[in-house]
Amino acid sequence: MSDIVLKTENLTKRYGGVHALEGANFELRKGEHVAIMGDNGAGKSTFVRQITAVEQRTSGQIWFDGKEVNFAGPIEARTAGIETVFQNLALADDLDVPSNLFLGREKVLFNLGPFSILDRKYMRKATEAALIRTAVKIPNLSNTIRHMSGGQRQCVAIARTATFASKLVIMDEPTAALGVQETAQVENIIRTLKDNGESLILVSHNMRQVFDLCDRIVVFRRGRIVANLRKENTDGNDIVSYITGAKTGEAELAA
Amino acid sequence: MSQTSHGVGGVSYDAKKRTWPAEFNVFLALVILVVIFELIGRIFLGDSFLFNTRSDVGGLFNEARLQIIILQVSIVGIIAIGVTQVIICGGIDLSSGSIVGATAMIAMSFAQVATVNGNPNPKAMFLAQGWTDLPVLVPVLVAIGCGLLAGLVNGSLIAYTRIPPFIATLGMMVTARGIAKWWSKGQPISFPTDSFAAIGKGLMPVIIFLSLAVLFQLIMTYTKYGKHSYAIGSNEDAARMSGIKIANHKILVYVIAGILAALAAVVLSSKNLTAQSGMGVMYELDAIAMAVIGGVSLSGGRGSIIGTVIGSLIFGVIISGFTFLRLDAYYQEMVKGVIIVGAVVLDQWRQRLRALRA
Repeated sequence: MSDIVLKTENLTKRYGGVHALEGANFELRKGEHVAIMGDNGAGKSTFVRQITAVEQRTSGQIWFDGKEVNFAGPIEARTAGIETVFQNLALADDLDVPSNLFLGREKVLFNLGPFSILDRKYMRKATEAALIRTAVKIPNLSNTIRHMSGGQRQCVAIARTATFASKLVIMDEPTAALGVQETAQVENIIRTLKDNGESLILVSHNMRQVFDLCDRIVVFRRGRIVANLRKENTDGNDIVSYITGAKTGEAELAA
Repeated sequence: MSQTSHGVGGVSYDAKKRTWPAEFNVFLALVILVVIFELIGRIFLGDSFLFNTRSDVGGLFNEARLQIIILQVSIVGIIAIGVTQVIICGGIDLSSGSIVGATAMIAMSFAQVATVNGNPNPKAMFLAQGWTDLPVLVPVLVAIGCGLLAGLVNGSLIAYTRIPPFIATLGMMVTARGIAKWWSKGQPISFPTDSFAAIGKGLMPVIIFLSLAVLFQLIMTYTKYGKHSYAIGSNEDAARMSGIKIANHKILVYVIAGILAALAAVVLSSKNLTAQSGMGVMYELDAIAMAVIGGVSLSGGRGSIIGTVIGSLIFGVIISGFTFLRLDAYYQEMVKGVIIVGAVVLDQWRQRLRALRA
């Protein structure tokens, strides 16, 4: 049990009368890469938002890193070690790479409240280390990210997860807006995370990507988890059947 | 750089992709402007704009002109520092000119002497209360208090009611001007103490302006406050997701802008030895123009205090240059308008060019 990073029990979220998420039971082991798939509105993003505490759940429990947790907000979740790469890239265009990596948790040389002096040298070094660790290539650290390509920006967002000792990385469709080459670059970085033994939840629509990068696939349909399959025991057609509802019932092959 | 199993990471520095700071272009514009005035002066007037041509005073440059160039923009420059950090943070402050008016009136009331030429000060606001001949610290602190309060109202309105900064500060602009007129029922307030009058004497405005500019350039570059201001102006959602307390930060930004406007009021009323309710009219727009000419983007996230300082010098050079060419002040205003628009158009072009090259 000790190697379970994240566990949810009966996780439920209702928006008024809409049951966006119903009794989700989910487990993630250390170093495991799990894909979350499902149609639009199936509850994938809702599920992620409950874990990262962007929204507060209606009911259910969450255990993270061996303890039951009730995060008040995304900042608290992040402090605990859940790093999220958001769909809309939470990056500030006019800041350079180190500033973006350390945004909101700058390393400080002298603490003077809001006027604390930044430790720019340390942040630069840590950024370089993170880029090397995630195999991200950036032309010039001091350039603002405004003029970087979509792929480079997504890489910076992912490198952010490697800068801090995160226990769980969540990516919500990290390659949705990227070209072929850029997607390959991001996928390589995800493989690097796997090599480094980091746990990952990947929300994706891309079947090839999911089979390439993940150990296990969890399918959501109409707010419920309808399948939980090891990659070896399934194939694309099988997954599609679950997504569309052609196949039903919870398949518990892993866990 | 180190090798991982999936390729090389790190920084691949490409000298060709290097970009020089945006301030460089603004500085270049300043130099070109000076050269233009110098050439026109040499050709049409037989006089130099920049260099000393008189035999009775020493020095290579025309020092009197250089002093005037910077002195005449120093007071609006102080406001422009505050406005710059507001714009960088994604806001706008239209109230600074009116804050100057109201603060000058109120602060001056606490800086008056009891007697003028042996008679009781006819303009004294608080003669009956005996609040005259107070130490200089009192009016200065009163001014800072006024600026702080105005900034606090601006910032709180913007942070908590979520109304656009344009509207919130427009309201403050009208209200503060009203306060300035109401304070003495439209009467000017005069006869300050010697110590208060010393604040704006001679080149003091320049010294105060440049010291504040250096201080805020350092704050914007090296502190959390500066970094977060750029982040909020650049992408407010990203800043919020990163855990920056947006509301608190915005309030602080407007408070600082208010305090800087109040300091400008102190320097201005001290320099003029009087405070009038009409003081500082249009200063907010001049300050915004200085920032924009200096490369500060009105959409937030881009620009610097150094840029604004150079922008203010461009302003000063234009005014001095037109005086030097003995052209009417009317032309100044017309050209000022053209330069403000021109600066933004040029900046847009430069941005697009950079986007194409990247």
